[in-house]
Amino acid sequence: MILLDRVTKTYNKNLGPAIDRISIHVEPKEFVILVGQSGAGKSTLLRLLTREERPTSGKIVVGGIDYDKLKDHDIPLLRRKIGTVFQDFKLLPNRTVFENVAFALEIVGASKKEIENTVPRVLDIVNLKGKEKRMPQELSGGERQRVAIARAIVRQPKILIADEPTGNLDPKHAWDVIKVLEKINKYGTTVLLTTHNQDIVDKLKRRVITIKNGAIASDKAKASYNSQTTEVASNLKGGKK
Amino acid sequence: MKRGWITFWRIIRTGCVNFVRSLWLALAAMAIMIITLAIILFSVVANATFGHTVDQIANQVDISVFLQDSVSEPEAKSFVSAIQKQGDVARVEYLTKDQAQQEFLDQNGGDSSLESAIVETGNPIPATIHVYPKDLNDISAINQFLVKPEYKKLQTSDSPSYNGDRKQAIDNITHATNILRQVGIVAVAIFAIISVLIIFNTIQMAIFNRRDEIQIMRLLGATTWYIRGPFVVETIIYGVMSAAISTLLINAVFATASGALQATSFGLFDIAYGAEFFQDHYWLLLGSQLGLGVLIGAFSSIIATRRYLKFKTPKR
Repeated sequence: MILLDRVTKTYNKNLGPAIDRISIHVEPKEFVILVGQSGAGKSTLLRLLTREERPTSGKIVVGGIDYDKLKDHDIPLLRRKIGTVFQDFKLLPNRTVFENVAFALEIVGASKKEIENTVPRVLDIVNLKGKEKRMPQELSGGERQRVAIARAIVRQPKILIADEPTGNLDPKHAWDVIKVLEKINKYGTTVLLTTHNQDIVDKLKRRVITIKNGAIASDKAKASYNSQTTEVASNLKGGKK
Repeated sequence: MKRGWITFWRIIRTGCVNFVRSLWLALAAMAIMIITLAIILFSVVANATFGHTVDQIANQVDISVFLQDSVSEPEAKSFVSAIQKQGDVARVEYLTKDQAQQEFLDQNGGDSSLESAIVETGNPIPATIHVYPKDLNDISAINQFLVKPEYKKLQTSDSPSYNGDRKQAIDNITHATNILRQVGIVAVAIFAIISVLIIFNTIQMAIFNRRDEIQIMRLLGATTWYIRGPFVVETIIYGVMSAAISTLLINAVFATASGALQATSFGLFDIAYGAEFFQDHYWLLLGSQLGLGVLIGAFSSIIATRRYLKFKTPKR
């Protein structure tokens, strides 16, 4: 589903690469957690996947799309196939919950009927039924993030990228969000999650890829993963939260 | 295809909503656009009026050839056809003594003492040939032809006669028209540039105000035109409204002020013709104003969005 082959990204030649020859292969329906200190290169990696940045070298293929062959005007089409959730939610402040989710469908030219059918179902999945008419500022952080997730999945993407979705949330709300992500993964969506939260990493028991100084430090399948005996723990301690 | 239409209407709707929301911002852009379009329209109508006036006066200018009473009718006719063969001559009009008298009386109509004086003296007005040149500025060839000895002897001593005063007036008007036209072109150019710049600025501010929304749209996979379209729609609305207002404005000027304008033009210009021209070409003028307004609006917003919304990912 996601393939990175010796991908390098250098912003400034004097500073060295932000990402250095990273190779990752993510299977369809997999749930992968990316961990690493701030500045390790996690965000750069995600920005490469959403094509906000181009790699300096290396090959990226997502959902069968070879990024080398991707034209600029095809980028919107690529982004429609990938759902993205951000740490700061990125909701439109002057639109209701319903309108924020509907926005993602309006962009792709969905009809009004389609929108009215789909949005309530998706809000149900993220447990926000009955809050359609609320404005984002009337919601808690966890609820806002679930609106953002609803918006990301409303077009039924094959891949969901969640960049620190729990970064701004208290533990209870963080778990609400993670549970929703697990639910979506269970429905068949490949999930790529970055987090600083050690508790989440420990309890999820999923594949964990640790990035350090722009390179992969470890890539552990869920069965063999134990935060106490891996580098992850020490990396997380140096993290920002 | 259906999705394309839905998106198209959504872009138009968003543009209209944005126009209403940022009405105060739009007013500045529209005001300057109205001025630009009004100047253009006024120049076009004024130009037509001047052109019309010049043509009218030029049509009345001729070289008059007065024939001696001794010249017979066949001699006069052959002289006329010889003049007609000259390349620079547009047309020739021959008046017999009686016709010339009638013309003189018409021109000085109502003066009964003059009329009786002419009748009493047994018609002193000579038979006349009116020669209308093709180009008022170049009558030397005609002149040379008319003063050839074999023709000169047919004419009275004060023939041929030129309407020197009228020519001077025509020259003055043509000169003034040319200057006005040049001033008009420069003014239009300056105001068009200002108007594009102000629309530019307006769009830039609108983009700045909505930068978060635009960033989110882009991350969610909105196409370039889905983001840019509403801005273009917004400025096209500026164009349409400005065109309508400027046309109404100029219409009002000609409808209400033609009397005052006529008074200030010393009777030299036929201002009523301006109003008439405006009425006759109303739809054409309105249409070109609309076209121009839409063009200015769309042009500036496309350039502004191209500049301030970077649609390309940075090269590796």
